[in-house]
Amino acid sequence: METKTTFTPHPELPPPANTVGAVGWLRANLFSSPANSLLTLFALYLLWLLLPPALEWLLFKATWSGTTRADCAPGGACWVFIKMRFGQFMYGFFPEPERWRVNLAWILAVLGILPLLGKRNPLRLPAAVFMLFVYPLIAFVLFSGGFGLAPVETSQWGGLMLTLVIAVVGIAGALPGGILLALGRRSKMPVIKTICVTFIEFWRGVPLITVLFMSSVMLPLFLPEGMSFDKLLRALIGVILFQSAYMAEVVRGGLQAIPKGQYEAADALGLSYPKAMGLVILPQALKLVIPGIVNTLIALFKDTSLVIIIGLFDLLNSIHAATVDPNWLGMSTEGYVFAALMFWLFCFGMSQYSQWLERRLHTGHKR
Amino acid sequence: MSETMPQAPQKKLVISDKVMIEMKDVHKWYGQFHVLKNINLTVKQGERIVLCGPSGSGKSTTIRCINRLEEHQQGQIIVDGTELTSDVKNIEMIRREVGMVFQHFNLFPHLTVLENCVLAPIWVRKMPRKEAEELGMHYLKRVKIPEQAKKYPGQLSGGQQQRVAIARSLCMKPKIMLFDEPTSALDPEMVKEVLDTMVSLAEDGMTMMCVTHEMGFAKLVSNRVIFMDRGEIIEQNNPHDFFDHPQNERTKLFLSQILHH
Repeated sequence: METKTTFTPHPELPPPANTVGAVGWLRANLFSSPANSLLTLFALYLLWLLLPPALEWLLFKATWSGTTRADCAPGGACWVFIKMRFGQFMYGFFPEPERWRVNLAWILAVLGILPLLGKRNPLRLPAAVFMLFVYPLIAFVLFSGGFGLAPVETSQWGGLMLTLVIAVVGIAGALPGGILLALGRRSKMPVIKTICVTFIEFWRGVPLITVLFMSSVMLPLFLPEGMSFDKLLRALIGVILFQSAYMAEVVRGGLQAIPKGQYEAADALGLSYPKAMGLVILPQALKLVIPGIVNTLIALFKDTSLVIIIGLFDLLNSIHAATVDPNWLGMSTEGYVFAALMFWLFCFGMSQYSQWLERRLHTGHKR
Repeated sequence: MSETMPQAPQKKLVISDKVMIEMKDVHKWYGQFHVLKNINLTVKQGERIVLCGPSGSGKSTTIRCINRLEEHQQGQIIVDGTELTSDVKNIEMIRREVGMVFQHFNLFPHLTVLENCVLAPIWVRKMPRKEAEELGMHYLKRVKIPEQAKKYPGQLSGGQQQRVAIARSLCMKPKIMLFDEPTSALDPEMVKEVLDTMVSLAEDGMTMMCVTHEMGFAKLVSNRVIFMDRGEIIEQNNPHDFFDHPQNERTKLFLSQILHH
């Protein structure tokens, strides 16, 4: 006797009703266990305690219209302060008739960066060339004058404009600097390796405040008589050197995560070192450490506010200066809430972009 | 074993007198450990050589020295008339002419299959992109997966990935192909498709050196089998005599272990 068995697949059934839809989501996420249910209820209670007074102060009892301190109603925020001082917060002491130049520079930056953020498109290459080589010159002329534009000293730069200048220049310098340092630290050549290790360990070992102090107070003492550097430029160099050391260690983490086989495959195809790094290793390594890179960039963005100690008027310092104005006493809460909101907007934007980038660059399983 | 046995080469294989690889008294150490001992080997154009031996015997190290993924410390290695020294230009020149296929494929996961194939022709051979893509598609057809060109390596099976890796090497039009255990990391049902690809390469007269445990492949395709143990070449012979009349006791033991398990 021979018995034949044939394979009949089991029919596919729908999932149980209480595991799908809104009820399923609530059960799975908020009330999955007694402890989780308790935490959910506690969180709701906290929100009930905190949210109504916060909203009342921020929105419902807040003063929106008016021009002076006297227009502020008690019990709520007085956004009139922000409105009246908005120009100072955005541009610092940049002369009012020249402020269009700052706006134009930012508009150009956004237009230039947009094609780079999206997927592959024909504008990518021209936009990259423009942003790398042309834009820095245009922005420099727009900010500091020349070619028929009235000169504006860097000491007049301030507010959000100065914050963004420091952050953007810092990022543009620290990212490539960090990559080079990371590659150098993994170099087989002992001289290069030693230089990079020493550099990284030195800059990581000192606080940014010290670096800024040194750049503004100590450095001029060592420079020859009559020679002087712009204070902002010195701060920028300090920020770049400091942050590239941090960036280098983040990138090195990515380089170490790339399997040896990738280096070998690139070598075996005859790619030279710069090509193997630029085309094979770095694209993968940088993608792996996007969270770490963005972490460093966000920290860099917020650390720009430390320039307050060398007397530069960035966004935070401009707001601080406005709150000690006798005409607007007692407005520091509004000022700092506004500062927090501005910083949060930019940092949250960077974070969202990085998460989108990670999803876009995901190409399935490794190997 | 018999299902995975590839078909025997159809064409007559020609071995010319031109020497493609010459290794003279090659020694190599990892720290104190003497991994390669006095390796002497001459490979002529059109030869298909299989290296076998127990693990740690130095087979992989030997072929990895040929394109300088490993550095030898003593002796001479001459590939296609150029001696391997620490001169980077020389090394890059030799690597352009020597293709390599790895056990773990080592495809570039951030690039599509076609981009993997055209990367080196474009950046090393300075070929225009369009021409390189035609070449890439040609070799993808050759390994029978042109329809996967736009996919990423992570979306392919192991056998398909290894065939892409072979196509990627072929796009550089190498004179020599090195295979480092190309089927060891594959599921059994995928071994055949990779071996078939290698057989068809051999039919076209490619000079090949292959580290493998596929003795069926060795019997069918190779013209010489080299047996290594503890960093030395113990025995080399044509496959017929190697498998049927091994000379050295160590070879006999090895063959008995892998053939009657």
